[in-house]
Amino acid sequence: MDRLLFGDNQFFGVNHMSEEKARAQSMRFQSLDAVIDVLDSAYDAGVRTFMCTTHDRVAQICDHVRADPERYAQFAFMPCMPYAHKYANAVTEDGMLGALKRFLPDEGLLNAAVRGTSSMAKKDIEGVTTLLIDAEMKMFEGLSTPVIFLQNVVVDLLLGLGFNDAFTIFADHVKRRYGAEPGFITMNLPALVRVLDAQGIENPIVCSNINKIGFRMSGGLEAYEQVLREHRFRAIAMSVFASGAIPADEAIAWICAQPNLQSIVFGASSERNIRATRDLVARHWDLEPALS
Amino acid sequence: MIKIGVVGLGKMGLSHLAIVNAHPGLELAAVCDASSYVLGVLKKYTGVDIYSDYEHMLRECDLDAVLIATPSRTHASMVRSALERDLHVFCEKPFTLSVQDAEELTALARSKGLVTQVGYHNRFVGPFAEIKRLLHAGAIGTVTHALGEAYGPVVLKAKGGTWRSRKDEGGGALYDYAAHPLNLLNWYFGAPTGVGGTVLNSIFSREIDDEVHGTLFFDGGTNARVSVNWSDESYRKMTTRITIHGTAGRIFADRQEIQVYLRDTAVIPEGYEQGWNVRYGTELTNQVGFYLRGEEYSAQIEHFADRLREGRLEGVNDFESAAETDRVIAMMISDAGKGASTLAAAEPVVDALVARRRRRFRLPFIVPQPAGRLETRKGS
Repeated sequence: MDRLLFGDNQFFGVNHMSEEKARAQSMRFQSLDAVIDVLDSAYDAGVRTFMCTTHDRVAQICDHVRADPERYAQFAFMPCMPYAHKYANAVTEDGMLGALKRFLPDEGLLNAAVRGTSSMAKKDIEGVTTLLIDAEMKMFEGLSTPVIFLQNVVVDLLLGLGFNDAFTIFADHVKRRYGAEPGFITMNLPALVRVLDAQGIENPIVCSNINKIGFRMSGGLEAYEQVLREHRFRAIAMSVFASGAIPADEAIAWICAQPNLQSIVFGASSERNIRATRDLVARHWDLEPALS
Repeated sequence: MIKIGVVGLGKMGLSHLAIVNAHPGLELAAVCDASSYVLGVLKKYTGVDIYSDYEHMLRECDLDAVLIATPSRTHASMVRSALERDLHVFCEKPFTLSVQDAEELTALARSKGLVTQVGYHNRFVGPFAEIKRLLHAGAIGTVTHALGEAYGPVVLKAKGGTWRSRKDEGGGALYDYAAHPLNLLNWYFGAPTGVGGTVLNSIFSREIDDEVHGTLFFDGGTNARVSVNWSDESYRKMTTRITIHGTAGRIFADRQEIQVYLRDTAVIPEGYEQGWNVRYGTELTNQVGFYLRGEEYSAQIEHFADRLREGRLEGVNDFESAAETDRVIAMMISDAGKGASTLAAAEPVVDALVARRRRRFRLPFIVPQPAGRLETRKGS
């Protein structure tokens, strides 16, 4: 896994600091060309893994990358699913089961029908879960997806409910069907790592906010430091700048000193910022061979 | 350990359930929902005690409190049953659909000394709480005008089959979206003495309002406008914001940040300076024990749990404060029914659109009118 991963918040109007800034980014990245320009800058700077939601517009990025295999020989996607807002809005409109029906593949695949129907009847979430994963993965067909993530709203909902089997179902399906490593995004790292341990999911990839000021690190900074030291898992840090609350060099120096950290995911809207972050990280970590 | 039952497993109910279950001071004793399917899945995978009948759960289960997240129409009767059994209650917003119910339930809970709370989570959002602190300190002088807004992409086409699309179930942007800025305005300025110019307009929905506009009048000359639209796709998700104009400055806040302009006549609070001040959620938000979708959702449950443990009747979002918002909502429904003031005031020409709107939003219950408004109407 690369040590520096490129995130997608900036492309889809997600900004945890300012809605004004989020809107400005939505406008700027309305054209696919603007998105591709930034992705190309990241790729050419050696940041070749794109950690992205399964937003409808990511499908267009997939098409672009698929169309030029030479240019993007080392381009990897790490899909994060599901894109929660489309489901949340659907639940408000159609209710829980209605929303589920809306997103299940409807193209009469016998396999899908059997998996879906018998699974619904037995109150067995495995069939429905794997169908939803497959529906979300359709856009990445033929592309490299070494890690597939379950997104934080779903991970944390399942974690809170104690629906621990779902993590195993997700991990097994992602490994078996896509030959990918399962990843989990969470805002509750200490609690999740213990549950994944207990579920027997070995050395899992877990992505969470990790930053010097403890922003959105539920359980507290100390508990995070403790699981990083004591548990066997591959940690990815996001929100290392705490939405801009920590100066960049200070944030990077601190995060790179944390034990057992595998990677950092960051977002940026310009080549200058991408290279600046890369160079800051390169002061503390050896980024070879991923970077040229 | 406080034993709590969660009722209703829709979007909010499931989210509350996860937060309650993860809270070390709360014991999830039972879950109740009308859908035996969702219950069955939960039972199978989490082993929680399930009930498909609320009264049955109340009879059978040894509970200290209930959390009610069912369709709004059912809130009043469910809250009443719980209070009658001396249970503390957390109820989703809006509290009730009738001012009379809201007042009776508030009185009943008070007479029994029970802890009550309603899920107006915006009061737990850092920047909105900061507004309260700044107003209390008199930072922007005398407030003349406020604007409460909420926009989002909920109803984007003419369809939808859940209770949220039905008027008599408490559906519509007024109850669902506008309730949030209205509740914040209540928090900042208390109960309005009157409302005016209310527009409850359908954009895509057949029965219900998709946009809400109107003015609230408060004692002392402050007025506030609300502008709400849940059929606006240009917002990625629900966005609530508040702007407040005062004689000594202006405040703008949303979930992420607060921007404060203070004039040289302002009483400058600690940590602020004259001119522009911007503070972000990262700084104004307290850590929660378990995070799901936003700190405010967990913070409100933690607040409820703290109050239960300490037996503290005072707290943020008790029934009394939520009843205030129910009252404003009822006043706005009544006001919207009157339609626009027209030039031919003596014999108003009611066009087809206004007539239709009047029919659509006729009140299903009796709304107590503030005295001031009744007098105005008599005179006109």
